[in-house]
Amino acid sequence: MAEKWKEQATIVRQDEIAIDIYSIWFQTKQIAQMAKPGQFINIYSKEGSRLLPRPISICEINKKKGQVRVVYRVAGKGTEEFSHYHAGTVLDIIGPLGNGYTLKEKKAFLVGGGIGIPPLLELAKQLKCEKQIVVGFRGETFLTEELAKYGALSIATEDGRAGTKGTVLDAIKEKHLTADIIYACGPTPMLRAIKEYAMEHGIEAQISLEEKMACGIGACLACVCQSKDIDEHSNVKNKRVCKDGPVFDAQEVEL
Amino acid sequence: MNTKVTIAGVELQNPVMTASGTFGSGAEYSEFIDLNALGAVVTKGVSNVPWQGNKTPRIAETYGGMLNAIGLQNPGVDIMIKRDIPFLRQYNTKIIVNVCGKSEQDYCEVVEQLSEEPVDMLEINISCPNVKEGGIAFGQDPKAVESITKAVKKYAKQPVIMKLSPNVTSIVDMAKAAEAGGADALSLINTLTGMKIDIHKRDFALANQTGGLSGPAIKPVAVRMVYQAAHAVKLPIIGMGGISNWEDAVEFLLAGATAISVGTANFYNPTATIEIVKGIEAYLEKYGYTDIKEIIGMV
Repeated sequence: MAEKWKEQATIVRQDEIAIDIYSIWFQTKQIAQMAKPGQFINIYSKEGSRLLPRPISICEINKKKGQVRVVYRVAGKGTEEFSHYHAGTVLDIIGPLGNGYTLKEKKAFLVGGGIGIPPLLELAKQLKCEKQIVVGFRGETFLTEELAKYGALSIATEDGRAGTKGTVLDAIKEKHLTADIIYACGPTPMLRAIKEYAMEHGIEAQISLEEKMACGIGACLACVCQSKDIDEHSNVKNKRVCKDGPVFDAQEVEL
Repeated sequence: MNTKVTIAGVELQNPVMTASGTFGSGAEYSEFIDLNALGAVVTKGVSNVPWQGNKTPRIAETYGGMLNAIGLQNPGVDIMIKRDIPFLRQYNTKIIVNVCGKSEQDYCEVVEQLSEEPVDMLEINISCPNVKEGGIAFGQDPKAVESITKAVKKYAKQPVIMKLSPNVTSIVDMAKAAEAGGADALSLINTLTGMKIDIHKRDFALANQTGGLSGPAIKPVAVRMVYQAAHAVKLPIIGMGGISNWEDAVEFLLAGATAISVGTANFYNPTATIEIVKGIEAYLEKYGYTDIKEIIGMV
C-alpha cells in the first residue's frame, strides 16, 4: 500500500473562476505529500446513482498545509454536483493517480488547451528553468494571472478576445518562441499538433492524455490509448492512460 | 465463527471473491487492500494469445450502473503464467483464472496450459457480450453450454466453474446444461447487454455500440437468477451482479450462493471487498450464527 490513498478530503474553499470552471482546495491526509505535477485524483459523487469517480488533474500542491487544488469544468451531472459544494464538505477521493510529468532542467514550453491547462500551474511552480507558458482557450480565459507568475505567458483564443487569435501553435509561431522540451495537456487535436511540432524540431514532448475511465488505477482497462510498440504490461499495443500515463512521451503513443 | 466455504473441494477462508475483469490480477488493488483477506481472486479473462480489445470509449456510466465494452483485452495465457499467477501465489488466497476464447479449441488450449499451474480453479467465460466471436455465443444455447463444458472438462485438472450469461430466456436451462456437461460450479451473472446514446453527440456512448450493464442496477436480476439456479442444480453457485456492500452479499448467500463476487463496486470503492468480509462476519454475529453455511440458501 505504497503511494496511493483513499481518503475523506474536506473542501477548504471552492470558487468559480470562469463560466463553468471551478477551483477546489482539498485538505488531505497523505495525498498532498505524495502528489506530483501531472498526476490526478479520483473524486467520488455522493449521489449513489453515479457510481464512477471523476478523474480530475491536480492543479496545485501545498505540501506544507497538506492541500491539493483541482480546477475542473462542469461537464455533466457529477461535476455539477461538485460545483455546489462549499467549504467543510467532505468528499471521498483517491490519489495521487497516474505518473505525472518528468521534470527536466531544459528551456521549456508548457502548453495547455482549455481544461488541460490546470496541471501546468503546479508544473510551472516546480520547474526551475526558463519557461514559455502558452495557453489556448475558446474564449474566456482562466488561471492566466497565476501562470504568469512562473514564466513568460502567451495566450491564444479561438475567438480572438485575448492574445493571438487562433491556436497555441499560432501563438508560438507568431511570437517566434523556441524551447528544448514541451510539456503539454489539452484536447487531442492540440496534442497531435504538438507531437508533430516536436518531431519537426527534434525535441522531446511529454503529453498528458484523457480517456473515459472507470477504476483509475489500472485494473479495468477502459482508458487505453494506442501505443507505437507492444506495451510490456498489456502485451498488445495498448497503454493504460490512468496508470501508464496520463503523461506519455509523444513518440510512444498514436494519437 | 466459521466463515469458510467449500466449492468443488476447494476451501475458501471466506466467501468473498472478486468478479473477473474488475480486479485485473490483483496487483493494482494490492495498493489499497490486503489480498490475504479475500476468499479468492478471480483474474481478468485470459485467452490463448494476446487480445487487443475494443476501441475507446469502452465505458459509460448509467443510472445506478455502468456499461462496459472492454472486449476482453488481455496479455495472453503465457504472461498470466509468468507474471500474474506467481504474483498472486505470494498471498494466502485462492486463485481462480477466468478463461476466454473464440472457439472451443481456444478455450481448451488455455485450460490445458493452466493444468499444471498452481491455480485453484478455472472459471470459463461463456457469457461476455462484447466480443464478436466466442464469449456469449457459447452461453445462450443449452446444447452449446453442455458441449463446451464437456470439452474443457477433458483438459482441466482443476475444478471448472462455468460463468453464465443473464441474456437468456431460461437461466435454469443453462445451469442444468452446465451441470450435465460436468461443471463443478457455476458463476452468475455476467453483465446484461445494454446500450447508451449520447444525446449531445447524437452517437453511441460506446465505440462498440452495445456493452455489458453492471452495478447496483442489475442486482435484483442477479438475485433472482441465483435463487432459480440454486433450486435447479446441485452445483455450488458463486453469486454476483451489483454487489456493493455486505448487505448485498448476505442477500446472495440467503438466495443460495455459496460464495459471492464483488465486481463494479471495486471501481468506486477499492476497499469494498474487505468491508464486505467484515460486514458478513458482523451480520452472522448479530444474529447468532456460528457457521456461515447455516444461512446459505436459507430463503
